Amino acid sequence: MSVKLVYFAWVRERIGKADELFEPPANVKTIGELIAHLAARDEAYAYAFERAPFIRAAIDRKHAKHDTPILGAHEIAFFPPMTGG
Amino acid sequence: MAKISIQTVDFDAAAESALLSAGRADIGALVSFIGLCRDEGGTLAALELEHYPGMAEDELERLVSEAQQRWDLKGITIIHRYGKIAPGEQIVLVIAASSHRGDAFAAADFLMDYLKSRAPFWKKEHRKDGTSGEWVEAKDADEASLKRWET
Repeated sequence: MSVKLVYFAWVRERIGKADELFEPPANVKTIGELIAHLAARDEAYAYAFERAPFIRAAIDRKHAKHDTPILGAHEIAFFPPMTGG
Repeated sequence: MAKISIQTVDFDAAAESALLSAGRADIGALVSFIGLCRDEGGTLAALELEHYPGMAEDELERLVSEAQQRWDLKGITIIHRYGKIAPGEQIVLVIAASSHRGDAFAAADFLMDYLKSRAPFWKKEHRKDGTSGEWVEAKDADEASLKRWET
């Protein structure tokens, strides 16, 4: 099933797009595995995810950890640590 | 009851305080916090705030629910702006209302701490020399500040 990936701040700038539809391969089961998979796509993704442990994620608009399963997700977001306020 | 707004336009803190307490006699304390855009020693032309529409509102709702469970609150208002904001302009408003000041102070402090590190907003600097500056980095101190609320 395809998932909508959304990117924010410098993750978005480095990848060069704000969102895309993506169909994760069957062996990609968690946020962390998805990050590793995307980072291997090309140089832009590698640059965006170069500090992988530092990247934050959300599944269907709720914070998720790197070991959170992505099964059933409709929208997965990747972004740097937040700087609101 | 809570008011949460994510908007580009400026806000009027005094009007928001009046709105929160209008027609009520059960509020004994109202604490408001306003976050402003600093000029970083005169080098900053503007901050550009990006947010995750949908999640930002949801996350603020979750923080408000958490605050309401922890303290006896009579009302909360959170307004967070996004888009380009010039030095000296207001960025964020948090108002917490309670019967007594202790709960109002604590809730406003808690909400600001969590808002900084958990609400999906990011700041990019635009410099006066025309260069598009850096994305503001999250501070370790902000993350450490959250630990104060762990029980």
